[in-house]
Amino acid sequence: MSNDLRSPLSRARGLGSAKDGVHHFWVQRVSALALVPLSLWFVFSIAKLATGNTSYAALAYWISAPSVAVTLVLFLAATLYHSMLGVQVVIEDYVAAPASKLTVLMLNKFVHAIAAAAGIFAVLKIALA
Amino acid sequence: MAQFSLPQNSKIDKAASKTFKAPAGSKNVKTFKIYRYDPETGANPRVDNYEVDMDSCGPMVLDALIKIKNETDATLTFRRSCREGICGSCAMNIDGTNTLACIKSCDEIKGDVSIYPLPHMPVVKDLVPDLTHFYAQLASIEPWLKTDSAAPTRERLQSEADRAKLDGLYECILCACCSTSCPSYWWNSDRYLGPAILLQAYRWLVDSRDEATGERLDALEDPFKLYRCHTIMNCSKTCPKGLNPAKAIAEVKKMVVERKI
Repeated sequence: MSNDLRSPLSRARGLGSAKDGVHHFWVQRVSALALVPLSLWFVFSIAKLATGNTSYAALAYWISAPSVAVTLVLFLAATLYHSMLGVQVVIEDYVAAPASKLTVLMLNKFVHAIAAAAGIFAVLKIALA
Repeated sequence: MAQFSLPQNSKIDKAASKTFKAPAGSKNVKTFKIYRYDPETGANPRVDNYEVDMDSCGPMVLDALIKIKNETDATLTFRRSCREGICGSCAMNIDGTNTLACIKSCDEIKGDVSIYPLPHMPVVKDLVPDLTHFYAQLASIEPWLKTDSAAPTRERLQSEADRAKLDGLYECILCACCSTSCPSYWWNSDRYLGPAILLQAYRWLVDSRDEATGERLDALEDPFKLYRCHTIMNCSKTCPKGLNPAKAIAEVKKMVVERKI
C-alpha cells in the first residue's frame, strides 16, 4: 500500500467505474457458443481427412468447396476473436505496470488481427484459385 | 507483473523460530506453528512452535490461541471478540484455509496446526492483517438503502419473496476470508473489489426497497471492479459461514447483461 496522503476511500474509488466490461463479457460467451459447433466440425473434418489422401492437392480441393471455405473462415474468425479476448484477460490479470500493460494489450490485438487476416486470406486464396 | 514471491523483508526466517514446550507430564500435546511478525524489531517474520496440552484447552483453535497468550507467550497478537462466529474478527489462515479461529475445531486438523494471517494482506503484527483498503472498498459501494421516494410514515414494506432474496447475503460478517483467498484479489486488489464486497453490493442490488439499482450497476460495471472474477470459487469454498459469494458475483454479471439486451 502506498504511503501517500490520500484517504483510503479515495484510493478504493480510484478513477471510478469504466462503465464498460459487459461487452467483453458478452462477446466472449457468444464467441464460445459459436465455437462449439465450429470446433467440433473442424476436429472431425481434420480427423476424417487424415484417414484418406493427405496430399496438398486433396486438402486444397477440400477447402475449395464453398461450404468448407465459408465455415473455415468463420472458424478462424471466431477462434482468433475468442483467443484475443481471452489473452486480454490474462494480460489484465498479470501485467500491472501501466506502460507495459498498454504495450502488451496492443500487441495482443495486432498479433491476433494479423493471424486472422493471414488465415482468412489463405483460405480465400485456395478457395478462389 | 503480478508479484508471485514475497519481498525480502517478508520472507520467513527459519533460523529465528522459537519453540515453547508443553508443561512436563502433558499427555495430549498438539503443536501450533504460528506466524510471528513484529514491525518494531525490523526483523523478518518467523514461525514459532507452541506445544499445547489439549487436555487443559478448549476445543477450538481460538481457545488454543487464548491459552497460549495467557499462559505461554503474552506477545502473541491476534484479533478476537465474539468467539462464536458472528463478529469475523478472528479470521486467519488455519491449516492452509482461511476461516474463523473460533469455529474451527482443533480435532479437525491432523498433526500440527499451522496458523498464518489472512494471505496477501499487509501484516500489522503477527496474525493481524491491515484491512483498511478492504473496508474502504466496502464504503465505496455505499452499503446502505438508497431511495428518492419520500420516506413512508411506517417501515418500508417488502414481500416475503423479496425478503427471501436477501437470504445467503445478509449473513455475511465481512471477515474477509473469501476476498483474501481469491487469486484475482491477490493480484489486483487495488482495483478489483473482491468477493466479499461484491456479495455486499449484490445484497443492495437485489433489495426490493432500494431505488439506486441502476447507479449501483453503473458503478460496478468495470473490467477491474467486477470482471476480475474468473469463477475460481475459492471464495465459496472457504466461507466460514457457508455463503456463496461466487454466485452473488455471477448474479451481478447477469444483471449487467440483462439491462443491455
